[in-house]
Amino acid sequence: MITLRNIQNKPAFVIMVGLVFLTMSAVAGCAGHGLEPRTAYNEKTPNADGFIQHWLILEPISANGLTDSAVQTAVKREYFPDQFTVIPHDGDKVTVNDEELTWHAVETNEYNVNLYYFAYGYGKRTSNVLFWAVTIVNCPKEMPGVRLAIGSNAASVWWVNGKEVIGIYGDRQTIIDDGVSKRLTLKKGPNVVRCAIVNGGGATDFCARFLDADDKPLKGFTVRVGDTRK
Amino acid sequence: MNTIYYTQSFRFFRLIMFLMGFALIWASPALALDGQIQIHDPSTIMLCNGKYYTYGTGGSSLVSDDGWTWRRGVTPSRRGMAPDVIHVGDRYYMYISSNPGGQPHSQVIMISSKSLDLESHDYGWEDGGIVNSTDGVEFCNGIDPGLFLDPTDGKLWMTFGSYFGYIRVVELDPKTGKRSDDKFTNIAINCEASTVIYHEGWYYLLATHGSCCRGADSGYNIRVGRSKKLTGPYVDHTGLDMILGGGKLLIGSGGRVIGPGHFGLLDLGDGVQKFSCHFEADLDRGGSSVLDIRPLLWKDGWPIAGDNFKEGTYEIESVRTGTALELAVEGVPVGGRRSRGARRMFAGQGGVIPPQDVAEVSSNWPAGNIGIRMANYMCQAQQKWAVTPVTNAGGYLGSTYFKITIAGTDRVLAVGEDGELVAVPAFTGGHEQLWRLDQLTDGTWRIMPKFASTANESLVLSAIGSSFATLAKFDPTSDKQRWLFKTP
Repeated sequence: MITLRNIQNKPAFVIMVGLVFLTMSAVAGCAGHGLEPRTAYNEKTPNADGFIQHWLILEPISANGLTDSAVQTAVKREYFPDQFTVIPHDGDKVTVNDEELTWHAVETNEYNVNLYYFAYGYGKRTSNVLFWAVTIVNCPKEMPGVRLAIGSNAASVWWVNGKEVIGIYGDRQTIIDDGVSKRLTLKKGPNVVRCAIVNGGGATDFCARFLDADDKPLKGFTVRVGDTRK
Repeated sequence: MNTIYYTQSFRFFRLIMFLMGFALIWASPALALDGQIQIHDPSTIMLCNGKYYTYGTGGSSLVSDDGWTWRRGVTPSRRGMAPDVIHVGDRYYMYISSNPGGQPHSQVIMISSKSLDLESHDYGWEDGGIVNSTDGVEFCNGIDPGLFLDPTDGKLWMTFGSYFGYIRVVELDPKTGKRSDDKFTNIAINCEASTVIYHEGWYYLLATHGSCCRGADSGYNIRVGRSKKLTGPYVDHTGLDMILGGGKLLIGSGGRVIGPGHFGLLDLGDGVQKFSCHFEADLDRGGSSVLDIRPLLWKDGWPIAGDNFKEGTYEIESVRTGTALELAVEGVPVGGRRSRGARRMFAGQGGVIPPQDVAEVSSNWPAGNIGIRMANYMCQAQQKWAVTPVTNAGGYLGSTYFKITIAGTDRVLAVGEDGELVAVPAFTGGHEQLWRLDQLTDGTWRIMPKFASTANESLVLSAIGSSFATLAKFDPTSDKQRWLFKTP
């Protein structure tokens, strides 16, 4: 798990993980936009309770306000090109308000991703910020009637394959299955899950999983972060 | 007969007075605690030398002689955040938290005194030192201590923690109030203001979720999980561990108060439990943070927050007999008396039969005292009781006293000189006419006259047979002294 202690005591750890991903990205070729079915590498399964533990996360951007309107305004603003369609790679950089920010591949062994430690570890702000996170869910077959179920500290907005499916607002703590989408269909092959987490102050984290038609954790898919290639 | 003629101006004046009176009743915080009750993060309420004490963030404190009317108390020797207090042996131990240098670096410091009463020669806080700290790096902001003395083995425990990281539990030495060892166990996450209570073989972790400190925009709510072991895991009613964010709602916002937090148990014995908390915003007090005390109920192994008694008109029904309290007068059927076998007996009388007019039927009642009995409830006027809070009559933990009158009349339920129940013609405010209503843990009510309450005598309304009620010593195992207030 990413914690302040292991980031501080083992500063090489995060860098090593990042280098591994970067190296693999270089071997696999440059990413393009758009997705195509291909032999996946670096595929992981969700944990036993269905939580997705692998994400690409962008270093935080300044943002203020946790009300419905403030969060919607913040997430709809274009901070960098193609921010709603980009499939980033570990180490990719964007410039936001004259500040260079980096995408990092993150793996957690918990049900949630601790964004506080993520930001703190990279020497970034943890309060009044917005985090973008992306992952790719690979399904062996079409999966209809499923729901995305998330929790976040604090507010967050979520998209599946480009469609906004969840928004939760206000100063809140991460609660499992706090926000749940309407029924949706995961395509056979890759599906992009994207989110924007907005934090006010204090701790910040998020969790996400899919639920099946019986509201049980969805299994039978894999998660990938890293390159796509044609 | 003298006829009184009202001038038009008098009628207008009377209307204005009625509207003002109505506005005052509507605007007044009818059943909130009385007096000075502003406080934030109150400690568990302590009883010392017959007075109640609670302490809050910033060195604030409140004291009350009866648990209803509160006033400002004395600041203890240390100020800090969200203290909790526990009485162990002959000492009161207070644990106070702080974030020196900023969150999540934290400390909990202990002070103790033999008395909380400033007038007592035993009053005097002694410093007990730091009992816990977090280094600002570990995944815990160790504020908001909650103390628990395990009734099964006498061990003393402290929970602590806030939204950054885990809620932890550590063991303390009940002889000194200090740490027994360096061990801790993580038991919950994403909450604060935790404490543990014990009930029928289970440990319950109460903790506050949601956002604080935003007035009416505070999302604070108190949630609970339970475990067979003090060290957890604490699981809510859906099976979700509190270390994954679970928790069954105990109490949220409602009525004119928003954002409850910082649960503190008040076990009065005899099957009466209450709890204290604060509400982030009392809308009738400008949105200030206030103390409140509510009944604690239990259902299917889970605690439930009761509501303070709401004034209104009720049928008062014995759980034991199913019969209702009434004046011992001849009842008149609603809609008038009809002989058995009358025409259209089963088809009714046609049209809507209105509620009984109490003015009409009471004209046949005796003018003086009337006895009290119980009978099948028949929706008749002599069976409908108006229960009204009485101001300036003092109170008890969480409530003021009530008068109980036949709705629409001045006839008041009282205790007669012979110690039996009687309805007297008018309310005089005497202690024999005032009633304490405590909700028992199963949701039924115990009804006690004020003179018994103030004398700490356990004398309550009790059913005898199906048709008579008296006062008797409270037996928590019996249903004779349990009552329902039902909408008539």
